[in-house]
Amino acid sequence: MLKKIIQQIKATMGVYESRPDGVYGLLAEYPNPGVLIDAARKVHSAGYRHFDTHTPFPIHGMDRAMGLGQSKVGYITLIGGICGLGLATWLQWWTSAVDYPINISGKPFFAIEPSIPIMFELTVLFSALFAVGGMFLLNGLPRPYNPLFYSRAFTRASDDAFFLHIAASDKNFDLEETESMLREAGAKGVEVVHDHGYSELHTA
Amino acid sequence: MASSTNKTVTLPAGADPPLVTGNLGFHDITQLVSYHTEKRPPSAWYMAIAVSSTLLCVLLIMIAYLVWNGIGVWGNNNPVGWGWPIVNFVFWVGIGHAGTLISAILFLFRQRWRTAINRSAEAMTLFAVICALLFPTIHVGRIWVIYWTLPIPNQMEMWPQFKSPLLWDVFAVSVYFIVSLVFWYVGLVPDLATLRDRARNALRRRVTGFFALGWTGANRHWRNYEKTYLLLAALATPLVLSVHSVVSFDFAVSIIPGWHTTIFPPYFVAGAIFSGFAMVMTLMILARKIYGIQNIITMDHLEKMAIIILLTGSMVGFAYITEFFIAWYSQVEYEQYAFLNRATGPYAWAYWTMMSCNLLFPQFFWIKRLRRSIPFLFITSIIVNIGMWFERFVITVISLHRDFLPSSWDYFNPTIVDVLTFAGSFGLFMTLFLIFLRYLPMVAIAEVKMVLPESDPHYYHKHDSEGEEH
Repeated sequence: MLKKIIQQIKATMGVYESRPDGVYGLLAEYPNPGVLIDAARKVHSAGYRHFDTHTPFPIHGMDRAMGLGQSKVGYITLIGGICGLGLATWLQWWTSAVDYPINISGKPFFAIEPSIPIMFELTVLFSALFAVGGMFLLNGLPRPYNPLFYSRAFTRASDDAFFLHIAASDKNFDLEETESMLREAGAKGVEVVHDHGYSELHTA
Repeated sequence: MASSTNKTVTLPAGADPPLVTGNLGFHDITQLVSYHTEKRPPSAWYMAIAVSSTLLCVLLIMIAYLVWNGIGVWGNNNPVGWGWPIVNFVFWVGIGHAGTLISAILFLFRQRWRTAINRSAEAMTLFAVICALLFPTIHVGRIWVIYWTLPIPNQMEMWPQFKSPLLWDVFAVSVYFIVSLVFWYVGLVPDLATLRDRARNALRRRVTGFFALGWTGANRHWRNYEKTYLLLAALATPLVLSVHSVVSFDFAVSIIPGWHTTIFPPYFVAGAIFSGFAMVMTLMILARKIYGIQNIITMDHLEKMAIIILLTGSMVGFAYITEFFIAWYSQVEYEQYAFLNRATGPYAWAYWTMMSCNLLFPQFFWIKRLRRSIPFLFITSIIVNIGMWFERFVITVISLHRDFLPSSWDYFNPTIVDVLTFAGSFGLFMTLFLIFLRYLPMVAIAEVKMVLPESDPHYYHKHDSEGEEH
């Protein structure tokens, strides 16, 4: 039960289990973002959920094509901001009014006005760190090992190639059926990626 | 993959000129930018690093000399307790404003031309802020207890004074540095993955792979990534505006005539953007020429920066004149004297240098031909930064050298240590910037690809299904 929940959470990060025989998934290359977005739409409507596109830059409209909702980074950032603001308020109040009060020209030990710059700075600092930390957490990064790196063609995912990957852990995954669907959607080439350190290219 | 993209599309009438010229495809951009981190740098790079690292050594020697002897080796005297170190601090912080402004504010305003210059401008920001942080650190004298400025429990059981603008400054500049660094790194991750995937030798693949964090360009990742980038931009925007405002509080919260004015925060911020853009322009004109990336950092980019320099320069000039008006209008004798003394006193030469560099020279940018002339842009960008250094000198030194009590009036002279430390800080700045140019992609590869029309799925759909909403 717990294992299943962990697997599901990992799947939202794009981290999938490979099959017992070592098949991690199918990796299809598409010629351009236009074909890729249509393919993603098709894969999603065919009921696949453990799939992702890999592109050198974010593609406008892909979230909707893949059926993904809003990113949750915003909530994490908000929590960070509240923590920062709370810490700054507490820090300034406790150090100057409680722990070591010093009377300077009869000014109050603690007041909001002179505390605002530090409140602002720490709010921004914590929000930013939580945003970035949250982004890496939701993305499951850093992820040094990824079976997709066994594919030679995949090195071009950060250059000029557009890939769609369907993981073997998807309940609809079937080596032949899924492959023919990817080809119908216009794939230039399809590879079977194995978790055992290799990837074989299936030429049409 | 040039073959898959149709390159012969003509622009509709009245469309903006393309942001990337020369008909570059996705792969061409990757190649053009990554290539420079993979091959031996051009000989101009070696000459530049020789000069800058020499200056860096001068800086280190000067700091060692200073720490050994104390800050008496500088020209700071009584009443000018804040001499060149604070002038240099404000100067460098100001330069450090352009990068985050370009990456955050222009991002929120959807100014897509920023993609060509944001990476190097952000790097420049970080290095300028490092130079800026150096000066107050060594100015405190007992550098080994600098940690007293941070709220760290210590053996004296004392805390920093949170009501002091100087402490606000510590927080503002440190937070600005951390947030800018994080912003820069987040932007770098996809490009580091590009370098990793292109790497031929194992060491290079390991190092770039370590910092790329296993990035694969997955859309699930881009989704969170883009949201984070937007949030960081939204957070950094008020931060950029706040940093120089807080720096100006160092002056404005005191009661010295010439410092005690409410115009300081906006006036400082405008000046910071002004000098920052000038520095970006100086560096970009050199870098695009040496590295042959004129198709990515185009003439249009330089012209847009010139317009921002013109705008902020006019704002700064307006503030200079407003200060005089308010001094007269306030009817405060000390205030009036402070400003009269600026323009006609013993430092009139500094004041008029500032006025001509900042108020006069950028006004030539009203002329389109001059905005598009590389030699003129280059010279003006340097003049602007000379002017902005003098602005900080005028504010810091002139206001202090004649205070309320004529018996304590004095003239400030810098020493050779002052001059060499300032020159050395350029060595630090340039050395870091040259190392950046050598090892990291100086243009945001993924972001530049996004501004190509071929990156939009609609580009491929519009021929067969006109107007269909995706």
